[in-house]
Amino acid sequence: MLLPNIRAELAKALRRPANWLLLAIAVTLTLTFAYLIPYAGYAGGTEGPPNSDLGLKSMLPGEFVGNAIGGMPVFVGALAVILGVLVLGTEYSAQTWKTVLSQGPSRGTVFAGKLAAIAVATMVLTLVLVAVSAAASALVAAVEGQPFDWPPLADVAGGIGAGWLVTAMWASFGALLAVVFRGIALPVGLGLVWLLAVQNLLASIAAPLVGWIADLQLGLPGPNAGSLVAALGARADTPGVADAVGGGQAALVVTAYLVAFAVSGGWLLSRSDIT
Amino acid sequence: MLDAMTAPVRTDALTKRYGGSAAVDELNLTIEPGEVYGFLGPNAAGKTTTLRMLLGLVTPTSGTARLHGRHLGSRGYLDDVGALVEGPAFYPFLSGRENLRVLARHAGMAAARVAAVLDEVELTERASDKYATYSLGMKQRLGIAAALLKEPTLLILDEPTNGLDPAGMADMRALLRRLGEQGRTVLLSSHLLSEVQQICDRVGVLSRGVLVAERPVGELGAGGRLVLVAEPADAAQARLVAAYGSDRVRRHDDVIELDVDSVAAAAINTDLVGAGIAVSELRWRRPNLEEVFFSLTGESRVAA
Ligand SMILES: Nc1ncnc2c1ncn2[C@@H]1O[C@H](COP(=O)(O)OP(=O)(O)O)[C@@H](O)[C@H]1O
Ligand SMILES: [Mg+2]
Repeated sequence: MLLPNIRAELAKALRRPANWLLLAIAVTLTLTFAYLIPYAGYAGGTEGPPNSDLGLKSMLPGEFVGNAIGGMPVFVGALAVILGVLVLGTEYSAQTWKTVLSQGPSRGTVFAGKLAAIAVATMVLTLVLVAVSAAASALVAAVEGQPFDWPPLADVAGGIGAGWLVTAMWASFGALLAVVFRGIALPVGLGLVWLLAVQNLLASIAAPLVGWIADLQLGLPGPNAGSLVAALGARADTPGVADAVGGGQAALVVTAYLVAFAVSGGWLLSRSDIT
Repeated sequence: MLDAMTAPVRTDALTKRYGGSAAVDELNLTIEPGEVYGFLGPNAAGKTTTLRMLLGLVTPTSGTARLHGRHLGSRGYLDDVGALVEGPAFYPFLSGRENLRVLARHAGMAAARVAAVLDEVELTERASDKYATYSLGMKQRLGIAAALLKEPTLLILDEPTNGLDPAGMADMRALLRRLGEQGRTVLLSSHLLSEVQQICDRVGVLSRGVLVAERPVGELGAGGRLVLVAEPADAAQARLVAAYGSDRVRRHDDVIELDVDSVAAAAINTDLVGAGIAVSELRWRRPNLEEVFFSLTGESRVAA
């Protein structure tokens, strides 16, 4: 029963226009902040800012993996939260849980199918961002007459793995919120408030003032996602990217959050009434 | 006699409480194979809550339910069961056909069934249109189509005519009768007496979560009235009161209502005409839900 249920979820995900919009926004934002704006800054300054060579270097093929995954702790992560909310929340907002479950699959099977769809969708998201970043860096190198020094394949694979882990973690956070609040609007709103506002306030205002918040921070999903992508080459001046903890520890913590969000979402779904 | 272990539907003291009050109270329901069972009750009687419990959507507070002898939530519990609960609900961004394909996958069914069920509910022509563009009648029919995907031997349908216009209702009832005649067991909830009378074999009446009566549908006539218009009305009323007693004769302006059996009509007509009273109207009025409730339970008010 699991395989047909995965296919059912993939069919829904593929045909939901909002998912393609999310992908397009992720691509646009990543290209804009990793390439377009830095390139405009680099090409526009006739005097040349003091670090303009550094700016150019960050746009060349050697750095493309970090650029592809640099947005994932915050803005691409926010889009992943929306993706996760949609995969679960649509069943509440369209009241389709009863329609699906009346066909006989267990809640666990349907939930597992949804997690699989989230895993596929976040992998697609990661691969697309890696591909367009590689293409953009190749374009910059060609235009600027720079050498095509690609990173080793292992670094690319590591970046893909980290990007997948981080986006899947945020999407399962969204999935959990959708199950807790039984819908779409409130979970999206709260997920974004956490990602875009609370995390920032904690990091930039609370942590420097209060010691235990600074310690607590090191265990939260955002800073660990930021540390993981930083360890794989994301530029430290990107919002949310920070090497607060080591890459290995960050990968473990992000994985733990992914599992915790998924398990608690499934547990809650299995024991709540569908009304 | 029915084997209770394998009855299509069997509940024992099934109960759901919300806060302090019981939405469904110690319900004992047994539905026999091939039967079209009407689950009749006014709004908020607990019909939907009962069906949600039967389908495993809502956990009972206490009591048990079995479908075809399988216990609630056991493996394969909903095999050969199809259901439509409280209005149709589908993915608005998919067409009718795509919705059914997705549901067939959830059910672990071959997509080949989709065309057949679309035909059955006469939706094939509009099957490629987005669900969001469907009329309510089409949405309800798609709901029935989804319930038929697994070729179920038991159909559980919750007020499938709710909200439809008269033509849509007539179509839906014709479809429901057809489905009932194909040897399936059907559990149909409704708040409309006339609907269960048209479609069902047996009726259970639910009031405030309690099953207050169960009857073959033919025995639901009790509570109907003989309606009579005669001239002079006072003389007619006096004769009828003399014959049947004042508590069985009601008078609203020129209309007299008699709480008597319908077969008494001919004798009454002969008697009144013989006494020189002109009878201009004499007909049997079917009971409304409130009167049926009264005749079954002695409760004068339908639970709100
Ligand atoms: N989720 C719920 N929370 C609280 N009360 C509920 C809930 N669902 C149903 N009820 C109550 O249970 C009673 C029965 O409702 P329902 O089963 O929908 O009746 P019906 O389908 O016969 O109209 C109603 O009083 C309703 O308000
Ligand atoms: Mg109802």
